[in-house]
Amino acid sequence: MPKVFERPKSLNDKPFHYCPGCGHGIVHRMIAEAIDELSLAEKTVLISPVGCSVFAYWYFETDNVQAAHGRAPAVGTGLKRANPESIVIAYQGDGDLASSGTAEIIHAAARGENFTVVFINNAIYGMTGGQMAPTTLVGQASSTSPYGRDPKFAGHPIHVSEMLATLKAPRYIERTSLNNVANLTRTKRAIKKALDLQQKGEGFTFIEVLAPCPTNWGVDPNEAIDWMESHLMPEFPLGVFRDVTKPEVKS
Amino acid sequence: MKVLMKGNEALSEAAIRAGATLYFGYPITPQNEVGEYMSRRLPTIPGGAYIQAETEVAAINMVYGAVCTGRRAMTSSSSPGISLMTEGISYLAGAELPAVVVSIMRAGPGLGNINPEQADYFQATKGGGHGSYRLVVLAPASVQEMTDLTVLAFDLADKYRNPVMVAADGNLGQMMEPVELCETYPNRHDHSEWAVTGAKGRKGHTITSIYLEADAMEEYIHKLYRKYDAIERDETRYEEYLTSDAEVVIVAYGIVSRVVRSAVEALRLDGVKAGMVRPITLWPYPKAALRKLAEQAKFFLACEMSMGQMVEDVQLSVEGRRPVYFYGRQGGNVPTPAEVVAAVKQRM
Repeated sequence: MPKVFERPKSLNDKPFHYCPGCGHGIVHRMIAEAIDELSLAEKTVLISPVGCSVFAYWYFETDNVQAAHGRAPAVGTGLKRANPESIVIAYQGDGDLASSGTAEIIHAAARGENFTVVFINNAIYGMTGGQMAPTTLVGQASSTSPYGRDPKFAGHPIHVSEMLATLKAPRYIERTSLNNVANLTRTKRAIKKALDLQQKGEGFTFIEVLAPCPTNWGVDPNEAIDWMESHLMPEFPLGVFRDVTKPEVKS
Repeated sequence: MKVLMKGNEALSEAAIRAGATLYFGYPITPQNEVGEYMSRRLPTIPGGAYIQAETEVAAINMVYGAVCTGRRAMTSSSSPGISLMTEGISYLAGAELPAVVVSIMRAGPGLGNINPEQADYFQATKGGGHGSYRLVVLAPASVQEMTDLTVLAFDLADKYRNPVMVAADGNLGQMMEPVELCETYPNRHDHSEWAVTGAKGRKGHTITSIYLEADAMEEYIHKLYRKYDAIERDETRYEEYLTSDAEVVIVAYGIVSRVVRSAVEALRLDGVKAGMVRPITLWPYPKAALRKLAEQAKFFLACEMSMGQMVEDVQLSVEGRRPVYFYGRQGGNVPTPAEVVAAVKQRM
C-alpha cells in the first residue's frame, strides 16, 4: 500500500515534551515538513529560544543552536553573515521576542537580515509558569496579572507583525493561527513560503503564529481554541502585512 | 617593516590578519577606532562582514552566532559596554565557543569618563557574567602587544573553545607606536566536529549550554574546569624584570607596567633592590611566580589604575607570607615613576 502520510525526515521520533493542546509541536512539524519539501535539511540551522521551546533542538534533525533569551535574531545575524549559504530559522515565543528581545528583532528586521523568524504568540509566559507577556490581552489574568491586565498600569499588548511592517526591509510578514484546519494549512504555507524566500536570498521573513496554551490559560484544549477565536484573534487580526511577491497587498 | 599605528587600529589589523573577518560592535569611546577600522576593511575582504549592532548585547550574540559556524569573529567595547556583554560571554563559555572580546578600559563606575583606567580587572577575571566559567584575559602593555596578543587570543580561543578577552586600558587603545604587523595567519584549528554549517552527510550538531539534570550539569561544569586547569597549567604568561635579587617586588600590568619599569630603574639607582612582575595573562594569573618570589622579597606592591583589584590576586598568590601593599591612581590619572618610587620608599 502506498504511504500517504509520514513523519517528516527533519523531525525525529522523540515524543514532544509539550503539554496537551500546546501549539509548539504542531509548528515544529510544519517547519520540518517545509524543510523537507524544499530540501533544505542539509543547510538548515535552527535557533531554539528560551521558553517552553528551549529544547526545540531535541526534535529537529538539523544543525541547532540554543540562544540566550530574546537574542535569537542577533545569533541568527551572526550565523547567516558567517555562512550565507545556510538557512537560518529563529524560533521564538512572545516573552522571548516581544519583551526581552525587542531590540534584536526590530534591528534584524530593519537590516533586512536574510533569515526566517517563526514567532509563537500565545499571550503568556509558558515555561516560567504563566506570567503576563507583552502580548497578554487587556483583562487577561496571569500569574503576575491576577486581577487581569490593567492597561492603566500594564499598558496594552504589543502587535509585533504590525510594528515590523512599518519597516522597509522586511520581505514577508504574515500572522496566522492554529485554531482550525484552514488556518493550520495557511500557517504551513506561510512557513514554507518564508523559507523559500530566504532560500532565494530575498531577505527578512517573519511568521507570527497565534497558538494555544491551555495549561497556562487554565482551560482544556477545546476551550483554548474557543478562547483563541473569541479573544486572541480579534486582538491580533490574521493577515499578510508584507509580501514582496505581491507588492500591492496591505493588511 | 614597522609602521606607526594607533593601538586600536593595530589590534584591528592583527585580528583581520588572524582571519577574524567578522566583526560586530557598538560605538563607545575609547575604542571607536576598532569599529571604524573594521567598517573600512571588512567589506573589501571576501566573506568579511561588519555590523554595527543595535546594542552591545546584540553584538556579543552576533559573535555567538558567527563563531557557531567555526569561523573567527570578534567584538570590542569599553567598560559599560562590556558590562552589557557579560551575559553573552557567559553563554559563549557555557557553550564552549571560541570568540575574542576586546575590552579597552575606561574610568567607572557608572558612566564614569572616557579616560583610561584598569578598574575592570574584576569584571574581566572574576566572572563578570553568571555561573561557573573562566575567561582567558590577556593584558598588552604596548601597541606591539596589542597586535601579538590579539593573534594569540584567537589561537587560545580556538585551541580551548573558550572566549578570550584582550584587556587594555584606554591609553593603549589611543597611543601610537611603531609596530611590526604579523603576516596573514590562517586559523589552523578544525572545528568540523561541532560547528553548525548544515548537517550535510552527518548527524546534526547542537550548540547549547543547558543541562536540566543536576548530575549532568555538574559533570559538564567539571569538564569545563578540567579545561580551565589545563589553561592554568599551560598558558600562564608573565614577564619578570630584575627580580633575581629583588627585595621589593612591584606587580603591574598594561600601561602601568611601563611606569613601574622606570620606577624600578630609579629605585635601583638609589640602591633599592627592586624588581617587577608583569602579568601578561590576568587569568590565568602568575600565582606560582609570585609565590616563589615571596621566599626572597620583603614586600610586594601592586600598582594599578584602580582602587586596587589585581592586588587581591597578589595577596592570594603570596598567601600571607609577605606584606602586600597597593598604590594606584584613578579617574584617568596615570601614576608617575616618582609616585611609585615614593610609594615603595614609604613602606621600607
